[in-house]
Amino acid sequence: MSLDALLFQAVNGLASASGLFLVAAGLSIIFGVTRIVNMAHGSFYMLGLYLAVTLAPKIGTWIGGPFGFWAGILAAALVVAALGALIEMTLLRRLYGAPELYQLLATFALLLVINDAALFLWGPEDILGPRAPGLSGSVMLLGRRLPEYDIFLALIGPAVLIGLHLLLARTRFGRLIRAATQDREMVAALGINEALLFTMVFALGAGIAGLGGALQMAREPASLTLDLSVLGDAFVVVVVGGMGSIRGAYLAAVLVAEAKALCTALGVVDIFGFTFNMSRLTLVAEFLVMALVLIVRPHGLFGRPQPPAARGGPAEPPLRPFSAPARLLALAAVALFAAMPLIGTLVSYAPVLALDMLVAALFAASLHFIMGPGGMASFGHAAYFGLGAYGTAYAVTALSLPTPLAFATGIGVAAFGAVLFGWFCVRLEGVYFAMLTLAFAQIVWSVAFQWEEVTGGSNGLFDVWPEWPFDSRTGLYLAAFVVTLAGLLLLRRLVFAPFGMALRAARDSRLRAEASGIPVARVRWLAFALAGAVCGAAGGLFAFAKGSISPEAISVGRSIDGLVMVLIGGVQSLIGPVVGAGAFTLLQDSVMRETDYWRALLGLIILAVVLLFPFGIAGGLSRGLRRPGGAR
Amino acid sequence: MGYSSCLRAALTGAAMTVAALALPAFTLPAPAAEPIRIGELNSYKAQPAFLDPYRKGMQLAVKEINDAGGVDGRPLELISRDDGGNPGDAIRVAEDLVTREKVDLLAGTFLSHIGLAVSGFAGKRKVFFLAAEPLTDKLTWSDGNRYTFRLRPSTYMQVAMLLPAAKAAQRKRWAIVYPNYEYGQSAAATFKKLLKDAQPDVEFVEEQATPLGKIDAGPVAQAIADAKPDAVFNVLFGPDLAKFVREADTRGALEGTYVVSLLSGEPEYLDPLKDEAPAGWVVTGYPWYAITTPEHMAFLSAYQKAYGDYPRLGSVVGYTTIKSIAAGLKKAGGTDTEKLVDAFRGLEVVGPFGPFSYRASDHQATMGAYVGILALKDGQGIMVQPSYVDGASVLPSDAEVKALRPAAD
Amino acid sequence: MTAILEVRELTKHYGGVRALDGVSFSIAPGELLALIGPNGAGKSTCFNIVNGQLRPDSGTVRILGRDVTGLPSRRIAHLGVGRTFQVAAVFGSMTALENVQAALIAARGAVFGFWRPATTIARDEAMALLEQTGMAGEAERPAAALAYGDVKRLELAMALAGDPKLLLMDEPTAGMAAAERGEMIALVQKLTRSRGLAVLFTEHSMDVVFGHADRVIVLARGRLIADGTVDEVRTDLRVREVYLGGTAAAEAAG
Repeated sequence: MSLDALLFQAVNGLASASGLFLVAAGLSIIFGVTRIVNMAHGSFYMLGLYLAVTLAPKIGTWIGGPFGFWAGILAAALVVAALGALIEMTLLRRLYGAPELYQLLATFALLLVINDAALFLWGPEDILGPRAPGLSGSVMLLGRRLPEYDIFLALIGPAVLIGLHLLLARTRFGRLIRAATQDREMVAALGINEALLFTMVFALGAGIAGLGGALQMAREPASLTLDLSVLGDAFVVVVVGGMGSIRGAYLAAVLVAEAKALCTALGVVDIFGFTFNMSRLTLVAEFLVMALVLIVRPHGLFGRPQPPAARGGPAEPPLRPFSAPARLLALAAVALFAAMPLIGTLVSYAPVLALDMLVAALFAASLHFIMGPGGMASFGHAAYFGLGAYGTAYAVTALSLPTPLAFATGIGVAAFGAVLFGWFCVRLEGVYFAMLTLAFAQIVWSVAFQWEEVTGGSNGLFDVWPEWPFDSRTGLYLAAFVVTLAGLLLLRRLVFAPFGMALRAARDSRLRAEASGIPVARVRWLAFALAGAVCGAAGGLFAFAKGSISPEAISVGRSIDGLVMVLIGGVQSLIGPVVGAGAFTLLQDSVMRETDYWRALLGLIILAVVLLFPFGIAGGLSRGLRRPGGAR
Repeated sequence: MGYSSCLRAALTGAAMTVAALALPAFTLPAPAAEPIRIGELNSYKAQPAFLDPYRKGMQLAVKEINDAGGVDGRPLELISRDDGGNPGDAIRVAEDLVTREKVDLLAGTFLSHIGLAVSGFAGKRKVFFLAAEPLTDKLTWSDGNRYTFRLRPSTYMQVAMLLPAAKAAQRKRWAIVYPNYEYGQSAAATFKKLLKDAQPDVEFVEEQATPLGKIDAGPVAQAIADAKPDAVFNVLFGPDLAKFVREADTRGALEGTYVVSLLSGEPEYLDPLKDEAPAGWVVTGYPWYAITTPEHMAFLSAYQKAYGDYPRLGSVVGYTTIKSIAAGLKKAGGTDTEKLVDAFRGLEVVGPFGPFSYRASDHQATMGAYVGILALKDGQGIMVQPSYVDGASVLPSDAEVKALRPAAD
Repeated sequence: MTAILEVRELTKHYGGVRALDGVSFSIAPGELLALIGPNGAGKSTCFNIVNGQLRPDSGTVRILGRDVTGLPSRRIAHLGVGRTFQVAAVFGSMTALENVQAALIAARGAVFGFWRPATTIARDEAMALLEQTGMAGEAERPAAALAYGDVKRLELAMALAGDPKLLLMDEPTAGMAAAERGEMIALVQKLTRSRGLAVLFTEHSMDVVFGHADRVIVLARGRLIADGTVDEVRTDLRVREVYLGGTAAAEAAG
């Protein structure tokens, strides 16, 4: 490895950094002002690229090919910006009164819808755009050929950075954005048209993402997997830089891109006699960077502590034990699920689906425990699901432990992981907490994905079937039913116990809790560990139910599924996650059967739920049914 | 749904009982006409580019067989489901197909880990499963079981098909670039082992494992160029391949380098590259425009007539999957799972690529693939000098396989 | 008689600015001590060092003779120090009663209880505290639905939960209507007497300070410039100078 080669790779990294920066900058601006964690941001990027490869040739036929390329890029960015404005006005605006994170749910639904819309409009095959006219060649640098377009890209990042800086510093719109980022109450108090500001900010953010996507036309094909893959990177960059900090985002983009370029450049290395292929780290490099930065600097490189969201929705109503009708309903549901094997003799598929619902319910309830009463929304809860599942599967396949012992092993592994990662995570707040949990989950995922000898690598572990008496459908189902019920009751008990009260207290007011003598960090840590252990139990059940386990059990997708379940059900209701898990599982099962465009259908249904029940299904119902007397 | 489907089932059941009691004389369906239900599951949503043509191929075969009177007078009925793109959902869908849809056998899957999960399910529940697409060697070897068969040439076979060309090139310094997951890893490992055995003085100077779908193509191409290899083995495909090819071209990273590449000749991956298809690469693939065997000509014209489009490799796989199942059912004389398994062991089938068989030793089909050299024609990449490599010629012997397949049967 | 709180030579710098410069004072049981001073005088810094949110550069804080300098706030809480905040902080998702119960559970170190429902714990004591602060009628209402004056009273009840010897109150009447202010400080005064409490409070309202405090200390530019009874401080020339000499306008605006 020569110094020239390393230097040259560093230059390569700058081109990639610009791409990362463009997606992240828009996300950062949108979050800073509106506090929306925009899951559809990757979709804007993807749409930008699709639109560019479509528009560039079309425009090219009118005004000449070379101009068509650049005009296509601009047009794509503008169309995406307009789409962003439209989405903000028609959808998100209705949700600002809902508890925080419901906008996240809505944008997640959008992600699903946009992906299917792109499939419908552009078809399944990747579309490779033209090269950049005038910049398709390369120049010599350090004895190597550097593509001209890479130089252009490396420059456009700083150019956009400066442009944004001027916009923020010199214009009234920019000053409003900065003011709103720092103190939203103030902007509202000053009588500024907040709705218009939010719409414009959303359009700006979406437009920059669209531009970022469109600019990639010369480097990569438009494909339907871009939205999610870019989204993860964008989150990392925004968080590493510090939410709301544009220059932080650029620095973070450079850091991440250079870390990857370095891993690529080093290739196969020998460390202390071990041969290790550094390029394999590119799979997780950005998340390693994020975890390290957040541990050292809890608000990213340039971030400041977030002021609490001004419009987080009303405070939760006080927790109450079940009312008499609710108790009856709950007992009826328990009886129904207990009787599922009997129902299965009539409808043989019912227990299969019910088993999935049980696993989902336990998973969602464990997430809700830290997210609802704990106020800590984890974006990486799948890590503990996966650790539980892998722990169980490894105990079965490699250690040949009996079923109950293997299950206990899984719970132990998940609890250990939660204790370890939780120690770092609970010291952070809000979005930073969410992102550190996500980073740890991605690190766990990449270990499971690559540690062939223990985890079976990307394929996972197989033949994880339980032994007698759990080897029959009924045996396993009943065991899962008992475990799930016990887990749900335990979590419920904990929420009402002094420990749960302390947890809720710390969520409501950390200041007051500390002043009253509650050891907030320790309470949160233990809650995180308990949630991890229960989640591990869900993972263990999953491994037995499916007879196999693969890294998908730890993927971002599963973490998001958990969030969606909790939010659909209602984050402010103890029964919410259970209702949400059941509804989500049923919904997914039935829409997958009905149409090829099931993702869009699922997205539309989620949108409908969010708009109709901005507090979740259970939250909405209990709000409707709440007995008078509580309020004056 | 717990309630409603339950209720619906109860009502349907009651109605059917009444009907059966009231109308015995009029509705005696000929038992022979009862369809054979094939439960098929695949990642249609996650892998649309590959699986849309695949589904068309299957439907074409079902239509042909049913038009010809079905299998022993019984028509085939294809019940196709999305597997959600992950093993957890796939197992539920498989359960659904088996318990609710009462299918007679399972087929499908594309992604290796899903194929393996469904294979495990098939072994556990004793259901016949024909894995159509997944490439992993584990499916028929280390994790093989009695109930699972596989049609498409495995990773090992595809690598082995390219080996003669790699060996003949007599290059010393090889670099490898592969997507960082089991398929890429095992392709790279197999290639290294086979080439080292064949050419002991070979040196592997660079290995790039890139995240699937997220390659940083510039740095990767540069790192390979910096290692100064005289040959490259490529396992990238899809968008990763497109990005890599363009970057390598702009940077001259592969100039004068001999490249062998897995799957790159399959229309699914070659066609999106358009006029940037890397001429001179030796690839495995499917040159549908250049195969003139009668079996393929018949398939090609039927497919083009039915869909107005040319077939992709997925079309061949889908078509041949159904043809294999029909042949197996015919040989087994019905849908009994154990008989079907026995029938598939050594089953002879004729597909668009000609005759092949399912080996009794490892349940792998010997259907082969085409090896050729990429070239450009009319702004589009094609394979020239394609030659068919019979799968049987690259598979290990039955005795070797026995050691690779510890737990099966 | 031992002082409940004894502050010695506290010094704190921010960059080159001296926020606190050798401040010393003490409080005896049953004493209501007001800490006043113009904006930027170092009141908040002094207050936050005493309650454990800040660590001084030098100097000590002793509570009941024990050195607590630099201990975290929750440890200080367990040593018998109750606190209220300028913007009252309570647990919005709980009823008033539960708020006090939570404070009692925390004060008893019983937070790590995992079984018995918390609402059954220390109910009577919690009710008694609500009675004392005049909040018994609101016991079952969610804290988030209370009027601001009631939130302040609730906070006071919570601050009393640990049976503290010392109350630290940051602007106990801030944000309240004029009529409520008098009631609030009178309540504090009454509790101080009946419980033998010591209270250190900051306050902007001079009516409140001069109407109710037993003793007043005055900070200006980080230094303690006066320490005496209400009358002594009222007539202190330096105090008059500080308040009238240029900063009075700012005080009025704030």
